[in-house]
Amino acid sequence: MRTFDFIEVLQQLLTAAKWTVALSCVALIGGGLLALVLTAAITGPFRPLYWMGRAGIQFIQGTPLLMQLFLFYFGLPLFLGVNISAWAVACITLIIFTSSYLAEIWSSSIRAIPAAQWEAASSLGLCHLQQLRYVIVPQAVKIAIPPSVGFSAQVIKGTSLTSIIGFLELTRIGQAINNVTFKPFIVYSMVAGIYFLLCYPISFYSRKMERKLHAAG
Amino acid sequence: MDYHFYFDVIWLNWDILAYGAWLTIRISFISIVLGLLLGIVLAGLQTTRRKLFTVPIAVYIETVRNTPFLVQLFFIYFGLPSIGLALTSEQAALSTMVINLGAYATEIVRAGIESIHKQQIEAGLSLGLSKIQVFRHVILMPALKKVYPSLTAQFVLIMLGSSVLSVISAGELTFQANYLQSRTFRSFEIYLVVTLIYLVLSYCFRVFFGYIYSQAFNRRSIDIG
Repeated sequence: MRTFDFIEVLQQLLTAAKWTVALSCVALIGGGLLALVLTAAITGPFRPLYWMGRAGIQFIQGTPLLMQLFLFYFGLPLFLGVNISAWAVACITLIIFTSSYLAEIWSSSIRAIPAAQWEAASSLGLCHLQQLRYVIVPQAVKIAIPPSVGFSAQVIKGTSLTSIIGFLELTRIGQAINNVTFKPFIVYSMVAGIYFLLCYPISFYSRKMERKLHAAG
Repeated sequence: MDYHFYFDVIWLNWDILAYGAWLTIRISFISIVLGLLLGIVLAGLQTTRRKLFTVPIAVYIETVRNTPFLVQLFFIYFGLPSIGLALTSEQAALSTMVINLGAYATEIVRAGIESIHKQQIEAGLSLGLSKIQVFRHVILMPALKKVYPSLTAQFVLIMLGSSVLSVISAGELTFQANYLQSRTFRSFEIYLVVTLIYLVLSYCFRVFFGYIYSQAFNRRSIDIG
């Protein structure tokens, strides 16, 4: 048993938190880009793309994130024939996870725009993409931003599961420190505290925007 | 790719996975019932607008909603024994599920209660209903009806989240899958099938709660609010 002082533990945890933040950023940026494609597919006029997109979203939202991590962790080496790091598996899984939820939020924001807006845009002679670009999306973005921001707190919390496949992030380092200090109460409180500091401003801001949106009507 | 899939491992051990699925259903239902009750009680207390209640409840909700389920589980299972509260893995698993769902349920039920118009309550009181009767028939039931879709979504999420309980060796579907995996080394086959079982479970949960909705809300016509 090795003793750490409080500052040392905090330093270790903050270093680990950088990886949590990095993974969350990758998941949100990658997931956001993939969600754009997915949203275009499920709001577009082409039915097969709609069904494929919906099926993918249903699959991701109907299964645990931990199972998705396991599937990629054990499945990718089989299909690619090469070993793949926990970081890569974590990135791929969280990008797909994030994109399915964001696409759901974004497509329902687009669906929330009254049909009359589409009709008006189409009567102006705009094509489908132009209707989206100039009429629908500018209005839908306002509705979509608060829940999207709120969801990014979910992503940060979700990254904690990557500790189970061995990715060294905040939770994993917390476990490791606990294993040498035998101070689970303090260590896990600190881990929880860091997650709280990362997530609370985001969920607070998201709720504030939501209220503003509803107040504006 | 020269890997040969061997799905027989599933058929040979289907009883282990079926048992795991049953445990997942059981712990999910117990925590849904307890978590919803906790949510209703806390949301009810919040409507009193007494700081004695609202401040601790707000702290509880924000703490749970802004920390990962996994860390909550570790804190309860590994952390609490050091202040003298030792729980078995099953107890810790159930407590974490209830505490986690309770926070989300409080927030959802509160949103429903806030959407009830004040005149409804006044009308109820003027009809001579007691405060408890007003809370039950005029506030709670219409509020639950309104937020039912969000509640159902949260119930499915907590069921899916229960897969994390495997890390403290609480018996449920993922734990059984890990056990099978460690004996057979057929990780991909097992986790693929288990993922599909979760997909079926979440579909069944949605259907089941849809049925509960029709039983609880549609029979008596509560059309207020």
